[in-house]
Amino acid sequence: MTDVAAVDAAAGTATLAEVCAVACARAWRGDGEILASPITLIPSIGARLARATTDPDLLLTDGEASLAAGVWAVDAAPARLEGWLPYRAVFDICWAGRRHVMMGPVQLDRFGNANLSAIGDFDRPQRALLGMRGAPGNTVNHATSYWVRRHSPRVFVERVDVVCGVGYDRAATAGPTAAEFLDLRRVVSDLAVLDFAGPDGAMRLVSTHPGVGVEQVVAATGFDLALADQVPTTPQPTPAELRLIREVIDPRGLREREVRGR
Amino acid sequence: MADKLMTEADVVARLESGMTIGIGGWGSRRKPMSLVRALLRSEVRDLTLVSYGGPDAGLLLAAGRVRHLVYGFVSLDSIPLEPHFRAARERGGVRFTEYDEGMLQWGLRAAANRLPFLPTRAGLGSDVRRSNPDLRTVRSPYGEEELLAMPALRLDAALVHMNRADRAGNAQYLGADPYFDDLFCQAAERAYVSAERIVPTAELLAGGPPQSVLIQRWHTHGVVHAPRGAHFTSCEPDYGRDEEFQRAYADAAGDPAAWAAFARRHLAGDERHYQQSVGARLTAGTGA
Repeated sequence: MTDVAAVDAAAGTATLAEVCAVACARAWRGDGEILASPITLIPSIGARLARATTDPDLLLTDGEASLAAGVWAVDAAPARLEGWLPYRAVFDICWAGRRHVMMGPVQLDRFGNANLSAIGDFDRPQRALLGMRGAPGNTVNHATSYWVRRHSPRVFVERVDVVCGVGYDRAATAGPTAAEFLDLRRVVSDLAVLDFAGPDGAMRLVSTHPGVGVEQVVAATGFDLALADQVPTTPQPTPAELRLIREVIDPRGLREREVRGR
Repeated sequence: MADKLMTEADVVARLESGMTIGIGGWGSRRKPMSLVRALLRSEVRDLTLVSYGGPDAGLLLAAGRVRHLVYGFVSLDSIPLEPHFRAARERGGVRFTEYDEGMLQWGLRAAANRLPFLPTRAGLGSDVRRSNPDLRTVRSPYGEEELLAMPALRLDAALVHMNRADRAGNAQYLGADPYFDDLFCQAAERAYVSAERIVPTAELLAGGPPQSVLIQRWHTHGVVHAPRGAHFTSCEPDYGRDEEFQRAYADAAGDPAAWAAFARRHLAGDERHYQQSVGARLTAGTGA
């Protein structure tokens, strides 16, 4: 009883950014001794939190060419290293399947196809983006999750313009070798947590963040979401998680500039 | 041993319009920028450029030298999207072949090993095939797998920048990541290496462990002494990325008049002029 009360007391003070970071951390729950590759700030807080709490065996990079030990702040260099991981070795660990990446797509559709390449037609885009990066290889080789900073129908679209990260429908069409290791785990946005447990691997609403209604998520999504009968509220950070985020992982509060309540 | 020391102009004199050129480094990291600037001063055009792209791709696209860009991404790292690349993509007129990052190194590996292709899962199911309709899959002769056959990316020439080199073409990286510079060199008919310092071979080995001598002389056809040759990209540990200059580059790239002024100021002369223009800017920045 005392523990529950303590959690509730702390929960009232958690910000949306902190709820999101903890929801990201849970994406790596139970992954064991694999490389956690968070792209951008909130997933980075989440991955470090996961290793500092529930998943101590995770491997993390310093964002350059080293594997970092321990837990360190998102805007600082790690104090200790434990290995070398240049880009060439990242491809090896990726193709070996010993990795779980969390990427930030510009568009994401019902079956988890993700676009980082271009808005509009590939040959004559209205807006050119980065390029495929590692998304095609990541998705067909190992676990993939997504972080969406601002949940809207512009991101959650019926069909992405360019398929970089492969979704369940496209993999099924491409054949068993494309689908063999496809493993889309979780989508965390500033409104909700989603997964791909809907029919045929369709996106499903798992939980809404505190203060967010199911209708709000449905309205901000450009396709029909699979819904459970009961959609719970995204779990609040524990006091220990909050302390780690605030004192160790993001002591200068960069997360609050990344995610704002609506 | 052969003395392969030459100038940037000597390297560019060995390049021809229509060639396929690979450029080492990664994004805005350890790019052979003095060689790229020398290319900009030449008449070489209609290039097929293979790169983990940064400002190398941006500058050559902006100058209209690229007919076909083969890439996994084009980025300035701290500025996610290369502005000249973005403009070129939206303008059209250049062929763009976009690969998964891992596919690109696999194509270089195939070329380095004189293979027509290498199989991979990467790319299956994605729109990689939309920008490259010639891509084919291959059935495993040992099982049921249908894999993507990544074609060899054969290069006529490779350009890379390293921290140290000797005159024979052994070259050393002293930073944390070799990127794919050795692979670019091995995938190329001819490889040209620029370096911050040219030193005797013994000094290379004294300056780091043997495995830091990434490029071996059998890879290399020319060695160029290019102090601050990677500027404004990083060349750790000799120098980091010049973030302030990169911001000025990116800001200017967004506007034709501003870009013309930037090019006049920094790119109109030779490499010495470039380095002086950058040095003057740095001094002015400190004094302001």
